[in-house]
Amino acid sequence: MKIYNKIVGYLLTLSLLVLAVSCGQGGNKAGALGGNMAEKSFVPPGEHDEFYAFISGGFSGQLAVYGLPSGRLFKVIPVFSVDAEKAYGFNEETKPMLNTSFGPVPWDDSHHPDLSQTNGKVDGRWCFINGNNTPRIARINLSTFETEEIIEIPNSAGNHSSSFVTENTEYVVAGTRFSVPVPQRDMPIEEYKGNFKGALSFLKVDSETGRMNLEFQVMMPGFNFDLAHPGRKKSHGWMFFSTYNTEEANSLLEVNASQNDKDFIAAINWKKAEELIASGEFETMETEYAHNVYDESTHMATTTMKKEVKIIDPSKYPGLVYFLPTPKSPHGCDVDPSGEYIIGSGKLAAAMTAHSFTKMLDAIENEKFDGEAYGIPILNYDDIVAGVVQQAGLGPLHTEFDGRGNAYTTFFISSEVVKWKLGTWEVLDRAPTYYSVGHLMIPGGNSQEPFGKYLVAMNKITKDRYLPTGPELTQSAQLYDISGDKMELILDFPTVGEPHYAAGAPADLIKPNQTRIYKLEENNHPYAAKSEKETKVVRDGSEVHIYMTTIRSHFAPDNIEGIKVGDKVYFHVTNLEQDFDVPHGVSMIGANTSELLIMPGQTETFTWEPKKEGVWPFYCTDFCSALHQEMQGYVRVSARNSNVPLKWTLDGE
Amino acid sequence: MKKSKIYMIVGALLLTGLFFLPMWNITLEAPQYPDPIGMNIHINKFEDAHPNDIKNINIMNHYVGMKDIPESIPEFELFPLFAGGMIVLGVVIGLIGKRKLYLAWFALMVILGSIAMYDFYLWEYEYGHDLKETAAIKFTDKDGEPMAYQPPLIGNKMILNFKALSWPRSGAYMMFLGMALSVVAFYRDKKEVAANE
Repeated sequence: MKIYNKIVGYLLTLSLLVLAVSCGQGGNKAGALGGNMAEKSFVPPGEHDEFYAFISGGFSGQLAVYGLPSGRLFKVIPVFSVDAEKAYGFNEETKPMLNTSFGPVPWDDSHHPDLSQTNGKVDGRWCFINGNNTPRIARINLSTFETEEIIEIPNSAGNHSSSFVTENTEYVVAGTRFSVPVPQRDMPIEEYKGNFKGALSFLKVDSETGRMNLEFQVMMPGFNFDLAHPGRKKSHGWMFFSTYNTEEANSLLEVNASQNDKDFIAAINWKKAEELIASGEFETMETEYAHNVYDESTHMATTTMKKEVKIIDPSKYPGLVYFLPTPKSPHGCDVDPSGEYIIGSGKLAAAMTAHSFTKMLDAIENEKFDGEAYGIPILNYDDIVAGVVQQAGLGPLHTEFDGRGNAYTTFFISSEVVKWKLGTWEVLDRAPTYYSVGHLMIPGGNSQEPFGKYLVAMNKITKDRYLPTGPELTQSAQLYDISGDKMELILDFPTVGEPHYAAGAPADLIKPNQTRIYKLEENNHPYAAKSEKETKVVRDGSEVHIYMTTIRSHFAPDNIEGIKVGDKVYFHVTNLEQDFDVPHGVSMIGANTSELLIMPGQTETFTWEPKKEGVWPFYCTDFCSALHQEMQGYVRVSARNSNVPLKWTLDGE
Repeated sequence: MKKSKIYMIVGALLLTGLFFLPMWNITLEAPQYPDPIGMNIHINKFEDAHPNDIKNINIMNHYVGMKDIPESIPEFELFPLFAGGMIVLGVVIGLIGKRKLYLAWFALMVILGSIAMYDFYLWEYEYGHDLKETAAIKFTDKDGEPMAYQPPLIGNKMILNFKALSWPRSGAYMMFLGMALSVVAFYRDKKEVAANE
């Protein structure tokens, strides 16, 4: 009888594994979209979507805004990469946004958007997103959908474990993926172990303005920090960071960083860190990092180079950091809406581990330690584990929650989303993804109150899913309806760049706060011309400043003479329109820069260094009106030594 | 005090609404203006119905050669004087309490109101017909005559792709009520006198 049971048990396990693998390899591709499923994602023409989805562009460096459930793309917000369409990083006003301590860096790898919260609920004010390559965090204003601030993270490299927000937006965090020498110095790479450091940065967010300030860094051992999530409700005040490479390997990490059975989730008591900072228990370290802020009233960004950062050494302050042993290079580190469970997705394991916050506190209090690493206590695994989700799939990465006691985890290797139950750890449902899903997003998923209606799975590869476009194929997102017991795939949509991670919120939270125009009377740009009477051309040596305006359908002035070869000409163009959705564009033949795209009431500047004599045209690039094609002008360029006087006119006046 | 006198005085005082409420409104609706653009006409000024509406009406209208809606017109100097005068006159008449004067006040209001409406019509006519020679877009009507863009005196009218709506607003409604009250005062006084006799 016993042997019989065992055989049945083996067969059952085997069949489950076969099922998991076969689901990943194909499954029923069209079936999910059969019947009236398409109606579930259909938003009739002229009607609005129920949710905004902010999906990062990954290696595009940008953040794309989609509607759910339609999957329609509304805007690509330039964040870390230049964007010639919007003149981001090209016009004089936004060039400072991309400054770093390494000089201007025109690209980055944008990864994890997260939305601001008040009392643990998404509040629709700001979206934060990290730049991975040259460590940075950006803040996007959800009233203007513009990047308002970018702060560089010093002592950090590969800003991956970022940009997650605490439940009152007290902090946004940035954990370093690469550990590096701190401060940076010339040293042999093989001396990594014990010498490199991993900085976990806490950026304080001003509750009124959203302005970020690098408050302090916890200087951790030289592990790789992968992802993070804040505690909430009972665990508010703690931040959890997953780690890999606790082996501290510096080469062939795919092997050498995969040897330990368990790596760690680092639990940081940031309230304790605040106390240490307040009582002066920190070291001030010299460093250099850029803080770039865009001012909506001057329509200009400025860069401030910061020189210092406060460092806390966790080995000196018991109670600040604990390590939670977690099997096999945990990638995702996700906290459920109640704040009790901290889910570590051991990406090289088949199981997922859920730690209990209550047990963690108990283990800390009763010193149930299992040694220490670099002076930081390691909690005893068996004393903190709440449960394990067994054999759910292959290669678990990330988990989000629906607010109804269910969790959803993506499995990269078996290419599926698995729904399971918090507390009982049983698998409830599984749905294939096409293909190789990374992150997933439920609107409000990183908060106390997720909106558990839709789930977006973000896939790394698409292979045969769409019309082919040569060797480089689109990446994609997939939308599941999770309102029922079973997940239903209702939409497949291509994305801009790599849809790395996303954040979502109900449209009603964001729509009412939209900026429609910039008020001209509040325009404090130093080169603004707020009426056609204020337009002028001013020469200052070889620099010429043109104070120009646009209104349907002409430029003022539109005839300019007296410009010379070798001049540097600044076109400061103010859009006098005060009606929403009436931008004007401008571009100059041969200008070595992008166009400008100027919103109503805004002033932007491009530069032009004419190299040839002649009469050179410029025109409006945004189809603004019935007479858009007539919206144009000329600049006369004379020889360097000519005496043609400076003159500017509109219709001869 | 007799009720009729109170009606007359209150009726006259209702004209004060003209000094802080719009008396007329012209609104333009078109598909690409999901929020219609409009202008409120006060006794002493033109005002945006929503911020920047007049500016946006001017931008739109300049393509067909229409002139900008002026910052001010001479009527804006005169209208407040007449309205103020009628308020004072109405209150004085109310205090005097002669019911024939109530009717006279009402009649004077009708005359002045008609003149004002005629004046408004002339302004609208001028605004809609006096087009710049250099207009970028010159439309003609079905008779081949230059298209006119005069908004309706009162009511709704299609002008090209726009629906123009021209209707009184709260200041005018208060004025109408005041005028009605003066008539009510007249009959009330008649009743009161009859009851006393």
